[in-house]
Amino acid sequence: MNPLKWALVEPFYKLAIGEDRKGQINTIVKMVGLPIAGLLVFLMLWQGAASNINTSLGQFPGPVQTYDQFVSLQEEATAEAVKEEKFYQRQEERNARKLEKNPEATIKVREYTGPPTFFEQIWRSLVTVMSGFILASIIAVPIGIIIGLSSNAYSAVNPLIQIFKPVSPLAWLPLVTMVVSAVYVTDDPAFDKAFLNSMFTVLLCCLWPTIINTAAGVATVTQDLKNVSQVLSLSWWTHVRKIVLPCSIPMMFTGLRISLGIAWMVLIAAEMLAQNPGLGKFVWDEFQNGSSDSLGRIMVAVIVIGIVGFFLDRGMLIIQKAVSWDKSSDIR
Amino acid sequence: MSEVHLELTNVGIEFPTPKGPFRALRDINLKIDQGEFISLIGHSGCGKSTVLNIVAGLYGATEGGVLLDGREVNAPGPERAVVFQNHSLLPWLTAYENVELAVDQVFKKTKSSAEKKEWIEYNLKLVHMDHAMHKRPDEISGGMKQRVGIARALAMQPEVMLMDEPFGALDALTRAHLQDSLMEIQKELNNTVIMITHDVDEAVLLSDRIVMMTNGPNATIGEILKVDLPQPRDRLALADDPTYNHYRSEVLRFLYEKQRKVEH
Repeated sequence: MNPLKWALVEPFYKLAIGEDRKGQINTIVKMVGLPIAGLLVFLMLWQGAASNINTSLGQFPGPVQTYDQFVSLQEEATAEAVKEEKFYQRQEERNARKLEKNPEATIKVREYTGPPTFFEQIWRSLVTVMSGFILASIIAVPIGIIIGLSSNAYSAVNPLIQIFKPVSPLAWLPLVTMVVSAVYVTDDPAFDKAFLNSMFTVLLCCLWPTIINTAAGVATVTQDLKNVSQVLSLSWWTHVRKIVLPCSIPMMFTGLRISLGIAWMVLIAAEMLAQNPGLGKFVWDEFQNGSSDSLGRIMVAVIVIGIVGFFLDRGMLIIQKAVSWDKSSDIR
Repeated sequence: MSEVHLELTNVGIEFPTPKGPFRALRDINLKIDQGEFISLIGHSGCGKSTVLNIVAGLYGATEGGVLLDGREVNAPGPERAVVFQNHSLLPWLTAYENVELAVDQVFKKTKSSAEKKEWIEYNLKLVHMDHAMHKRPDEISGGMKQRVGIARALAMQPEVMLMDEPFGALDALTRAHLQDSLMEIQKELNNTVIMITHDVDEAVLLSDRIVMMTNGPNATIGEILKVDLPQPRDRLALADDPTYNHYRSEVLRFLYEKQRKVEH
């Protein structure tokens, strides 16, 4: 059994068979009780604070109002799905009638163009962040390995990294927007420009932590292992594959996780600023909308952004555990 | 046996430091025959490891040079396999895979994959590691790791095997076991070996010749002692052997009288 999963079950199992009752209860309280207590205290504080804040859009949403808005967003999405289905059904019927009258008739199939639902916005944001992140990683990991292996390459590239690293990617956004609209000119675009704008902005911020940490990881290859590689006369490629990569994976993943975390934060801001579809645009639209529901909906978005961010990091952790050779090490 | 296999001629080395060049070795002259077992012994800091690294090609000599079968040594290569002091196995590979990395490199074209597998297993068996072939270094003991390190070096079928204090980090019993294994293997394969050691008994028990080095910096070969004991050698029988004890005291006298280490 996976030791991690076992750790979750163990105290309950031991309690059931009556082994060290007191100790097991302590463990369970710590594992389950305390997080729940923390959450409850937070919800109470939130409720208390919210009822004391009155804005021009009404009272600040507490947990209950936020949950109501979550439910209403779900209902809207379901209603939208029904509408979409009906639209295609009507279209099909219309086309069928058309063909009945005249089998030669050209029929048009139109896409449904309703407003994106909240859940479509989440999906959209996820696709954007993952595309930007994956592209950036494909660029950054090899650069990190090369500058980690060669001190000359490092000296050449390091000043640039140090200068570009602290730049908020949002400063790039106007430039990216202009460049994309100037360079990406096709009649039949596979991606829309808004997507490319956010994706490249994400890409630019994902590069630096990955490059720096990969290079640092490569530097952890000990002289002993370098000597082994030399005595065996390993080729450059085998050296990288068999020695450098396994050695640098922990640091590399530290960089990747930092990158993905920043990317998720930056994406929301970029979507707000540039009106690119996604969660950021949802927040901005609700703010502009200014109905009495808006603040509650924004609060839903805030919580969803947090949860998605958490799961993105967990996902990276799972990948790290899968590719890391040292399964015993404590990765968190 | 009289053919010179490995030859060090006037080898010296200087390391650049911020305070000017540091001379570690000078005038190292040594001729080694095929199949000979040579021990390098001396106090810490006398440059034993430096000599070994020069032969391995990991360091370049400042003057003089090393010839292996008449060819100059100027880069590391698998024909001069090294057994490192702290085993230096790749921690993410199993014992088998560690040896495989070396075998794949050396016999890339000359052995089929079935032959390679057989060869890897043969070498692991030689060091008595066939029962734990598929364990990773962190799952086996220090002595076992060193056995795998030796198997990796042997599997390269080297012309010279260089051992840098191979048993230094092991407890006395494990060390004795490994020394016996090494003698057994040496009898079977007749490798040329240069071994660095701190251990006088180990040097006398294993070597054909013991090369004793003067203290560094600016170290060189002080004396060379030929150990004329019949093979195979048995540590128990030799314990009371007067010739053995004579050799032993020769080495001790060199280390603790002639080259007494002055501690600062």
